[in-house]
Amino acid sequence: MGLIQKSRIKSPWILHFDNSSCNGCDIEILACLTPLYDVERFGMVNMGNPKHADVLLITGSVNRRTARVLKNLYEQVPDPKIVIAVGTCASSGGVFHNCYNVLGGVDKVIPVDVYIPGCAARPEAIIDGVVLALQKLANLRGDKK
Amino acid sequence: MINQLITIIVALIVAPLIGGLLFGFDRKITARLQGRYGPPIIQPFYDFFKLLGKERIAVSKLQFIWIYGYLIFMVVSLVFLVLKLDFLLLVFLLGFAGVCFVLGAFSTKSPYAHFGANRELLQILAYEPVLLFLALGIYAKNGSFLINEIFKQDKPLLFTLWPLFIAVLVVLTIKMRKSPFDISTSHHAHQEIVRGTITEYSGPYYALIQLVEWYELVLLLGIIALFWANPLWVGILIALGTFILELLIDNIAARMTARWMVRLSWSVGLILGIINIAYLYLTKGVA
Ligand code: SF4
Repeated sequence: MGLIQKSRIKSPWILHFDNSSCNGCDIEILACLTPLYDVERFGMVNMGNPKHADVLLITGSVNRRTARVLKNLYEQVPDPKIVIAVGTCASSGGVFHNCYNVLGGVDKVIPVDVYIPGCAARPEAIIDGVVLALQKLANLRGDKK
Repeated sequence: MINQLITIIVALIVAPLIGGLLFGFDRKITARLQGRYGPPIIQPFYDFFKLLGKERIAVSKLQFIWIYGYLIFMVVSLVFLVLKLDFLLLVFLLGFAGVCFVLGAFSTKSPYAHFGANRELLQILAYEPVLLFLALGIYAKNGSFLINEIFKQDKPLLFTLWPLFIAVLVVLTIKMRKSPFDISTSHHAHQEIVRGTITEYSGPYYALIQLVEWYELVLLLGIIALFWANPLWVGILIALGTFILELLIDNIAARMTARWMVRLSWSVGLILGIINIAYLYLTKGVA
């Protein structure tokens, strides 16, 4: 494994985007950053800027308003990037799946690499999901389009 | 000549290694102070290599000229320090580096970058006069701006220039962009104005910014070490001590406003500087 591949696994920077979640999953993501779970020991940092991120953590089902924002954010993240759908809503639409304004899961708009189930997804599950995604990330090439 | 070349090459290779490790240490200590375990100490190098492997996204053509300018000016000022050349020129080169950084942010369209650049200008306004006063203080003491001259004195600068030393501590916090002065961009909390000046840099260019930051940190600590240049290891210990002090301040202080920063740095820094230099001239009667 090359130096850059190894570094990719060791330093995933996260961008968290909330589509239209009930905030349950968001709070669980933030819980990962607290001293109890402390994901920074794996080099994960919560970035506020899509241009610095590697991993998109997306919560909540996509509705007609957020689809455009989500696509925009996805395009701003430089390759190689990984998309993780956190929670049942982000994976499939969940309890909101047949609302008049909801399109469904995140995969209706952008390609998703890892689905994390749960309502709300537990912090342990989120960390597991990110670790799973990293194995995929390490093997992506930087110039992938 | 050959000796000087070797010094330059060694400095250019070793400085980022030290700088990166210090930043890793910073993250570890910060995590510990917050009751977390924290990333490994070599984490900044992982970040650096990961960024090198990312896609290049250009948001403006000029941006890259400024970022290379930032790197080159910073490296040249470090060379001035290790070759023990003129301190006054070093201060100016450092100023140019800062201006390149600001122009790089202004060359993009992002309002966050512009916001950060405006604040960065205020930061330059806050620390540059203090560094100039330090150069004047060194001149008043040694009769020369040469760093070489500092090394020839057997009495450390700290004894006569301690008010300026306190002023330089403020400068160090501003230059390291640590709380309470992480105003234009910040290391630990990212959400206020996104990333300020570095919002628009991504991938390899962001890696370059980190490289410059490592050089900058070593350069600043080197300037602090000058206060006790003879023997140098005492100076280096003092510099490391101030670094740890900065980390502590970073963790216990909240972010302040840019105006407050300028006011503090000008009132404390400049008054201490003026008193210091006036005292030197009065007692020594240097013409
Ligand atoms: S999966 Fe459950 S907790 Fe998460 S956003 Fe949907 S409803 Fe809320």
